[in-house]
Amino acid sequence: MSDAGTESLYQARIPIYPRSVKGRFRNLKWGILGLAYGVYFLLPWLRWERNVGPDQAVLFDIAARKFYLFGLVVHAQDLFWLAGLLMIAALLLFFVTGIAGRVFCGYFCFQTLWTDLYLLIERLVQGDRVTRIRLDKAPWTAGKMMRKGLTHLLWLLAAFWTGLTFTLYWDNAPQLIVDWFTGRAPFAAYATTLFLTATTYVMAGLAREQVCTYMCPYARFQSVMFDADTRIVAYDAARGEGSQGRHKVTRELKSQEQRHQQGVGDCIDCGYCVQVCPTGIDIRNGLQVQCISCALCIDACATIMQSLGWGKSLVRYTSEKQAAGEPSRIWKPKTVAYGLVLLAAASALGWSVGHQAPLEMSVVQMRQPLFVRLSDGRIQNNYELHLENKTDEPLRLAIMMRGLAGAELDVGRLASLELPPQRSLRVVARVRWQSHHDIKGSRSFFFDVIPQRRRDVGMVSAPATFYLPGREG
Amino acid sequence: MGDTKAKSSGAVQTTGHAWDGDIQEFNNPLPNWWLWAFYATVVFALVYWVLYPAWPVGGTFTKGVMNDITFVDSDGKKVTTHWNTRALLLKDLQDGKEARLSREYMDKVAAAGYSEILGDAEMMAFTRSVAKGLFGDNCAPCHGSGGQGVIGLFPNLADDAWLWGGRIEDIQSTIGQGHLGFMPAFRDTFNDKQLDDLASYVLSLSGNKVDEAASARGKILFQTDAGGCYYCHTKAGTGLKSQGAANLTDQIWTIADVNGATDLETKKERVEKVISNGVQRQMPHWSDRLSATQIKLLTVYVHELGGGQ
Repeated sequence: MSDAGTESLYQARIPIYPRSVKGRFRNLKWGILGLAYGVYFLLPWLRWERNVGPDQAVLFDIAARKFYLFGLVVHAQDLFWLAGLLMIAALLLFFVTGIAGRVFCGYFCFQTLWTDLYLLIERLVQGDRVTRIRLDKAPWTAGKMMRKGLTHLLWLLAAFWTGLTFTLYWDNAPQLIVDWFTGRAPFAAYATTLFLTATTYVMAGLAREQVCTYMCPYARFQSVMFDADTRIVAYDAARGEGSQGRHKVTRELKSQEQRHQQGVGDCIDCGYCVQVCPTGIDIRNGLQVQCISCALCIDACATIMQSLGWGKSLVRYTSEKQAAGEPSRIWKPKTVAYGLVLLAAASALGWSVGHQAPLEMSVVQMRQPLFVRLSDGRIQNNYELHLENKTDEPLRLAIMMRGLAGAELDVGRLASLELPPQRSLRVVARVRWQSHHDIKGSRSFFFDVIPQRRRDVGMVSAPATFYLPGREG
Repeated sequence: MGDTKAKSSGAVQTTGHAWDGDIQEFNNPLPNWWLWAFYATVVFALVYWVLYPAWPVGGTFTKGVMNDITFVDSDGKKVTTHWNTRALLLKDLQDGKEARLSREYMDKVAAAGYSEILGDAEMMAFTRSVAKGLFGDNCAPCHGSGGQGVIGLFPNLADDAWLWGGRIEDIQSTIGQGHLGFMPAFRDTFNDKQLDDLASYVLSLSGNKVDEAASARGKILFQTDAGGCYYCHTKAGTGLKSQGAANLTDQIWTIADVNGATDLETKKERVEKVISNGVQRQMPHWSDRLSATQIKLLTVYVHELGGGQ
């Protein structure tokens, strides 16, 4: 329903044909893309020698509840590190965005990286901006179908390889890839790969800038972190517009001097900055929500200004204050505070990872029954000790207790047991204690597990409670 | 045919008909994407009918072309059937990765001797996790989920008193063959005073302070053929495992709740009740219902509950 009276809530997408550009920021972005892809696509194939466990450098083994990260093995109990990592990521985003704006969006976000790759494919197959516009308008011929089809085919291949690579992180990569193509891989592997293939293809190939503009929450909440000192990509209106506004190069307005005399700015309104923009905005209209700070317009204008010999790019990194001629500061209470919190969180996580306990124990009281009276009148409580060896060597452990004078500990024949490397075990311990007339209710004590013949692994203790009958019988 | 109103701005298009002069109908066609999604569901349904069980036909139904789920049914026969989630579940329970691993470990435990299992922390942990389920299914209705039993009815398996023996082989034979626990009723044999004397003596065995004269009279009844208690409970009162006769000298009472009473009169009353009424308890034999390996697992589990012997 298109009513003239009311504005439609739906806006059809205006196709954007970003033009290619060369320059400092484009090179930086290609560098980041190469690095990111190198890490992402090659990492699952990196092998890593381990005494125990898979020989894959990075492997997230859900079934065994272990994450292998090079020399580090993350056990289920260490999963709070993930919370720490997410917190650090969030703080880093706050910190960087406060100082330099949407750096993440412009340089590191996978939406930007994959869109760049897809644009590259599009350009290699169909040609640059003008050719693509012409091709889209042209009638459907065999040639057009071939070019369009090839583009989508390559997109799908890139999407598929992206999805498959993600899947490879969750199992032994060389084996999984064989299983995948021979139809023997688990359902989850196919589902994950195909789901990510679909999302990559749709997001990077079809949705593109709409993801950043309409879907992405980060894009929205990053803007609230901006202030007048934040670095933004902005157009130097004073220089570009002069007093009379911008103007195309004409016979009368050819040299910089001629233009300055007539009050015309340096912007020759060539439109290059608009053509290269992946979100289709005109940076000369000021800061806009769609801008992902990719800085390609800086490169575009720099190319033009350089060829004219008129100096630097009209579009540049600046801050609102700097653009207004005021002094701009980077280190303000806000950024310093973010920086300190970030440092503290990163140090805490680093310390925690560096001090991962090689041996862990937790004690659970068996509560059914809570206590039992024995034939000699003593009371028995049972406990289940959960022992976990996080080292690569087997540990010989002695189980002991302290804190209950005269109590007897019975772990059957397992008083000294061998715990295999990277394994956990549950052992039942029975504690017998003479019930005293003066003690009722409960009493705390400790279980100690002492590694034998190992200096580098210390004793581990865990508290437990001994329950006595409430009434002396 | 009515008049077609000119499209005025802001008005929704009508179907072009007018009834009774002025009744018109808005034309709000479905969006195309919706229509195509609908066609897609139709195609999906057609494909589904071919692949999966779908249509009832008389007393049966179309089975679909995927006839590829093979599993072993409860009679041990290999069955191949059409696609259905029940068969899928059975197949997964038999061939799934976890089922295979569990079976491998079960074979390992089945092949191992008792002392091997008791000395191996990993096998003990496996035994406990499997036997806990077996115990819950088969034993817990009487003995309680933690083996704590019910005083007066079912023995406590979590303590260290074993009516029929607490060694591994005793426990295994108890589970396999079951037991008949029996103590005759003495209400016609003893008068009230004699019952009181006997109860005093029995309580004295486990350290209760009782009337010495009554206890001495009771001792005579207990240890001579006058009462004959010693046939099963022995002269020392320590019980006889072959009869399942309780040890009366320890602190554990499985029938009379002595520990639950505070004063001597109540304790005596409870012991007297057992003497006069006798005991009749039965544990069924499990050798027909459980496999040898299952009994083995349960034996180790029960042995570990109280510490065994």
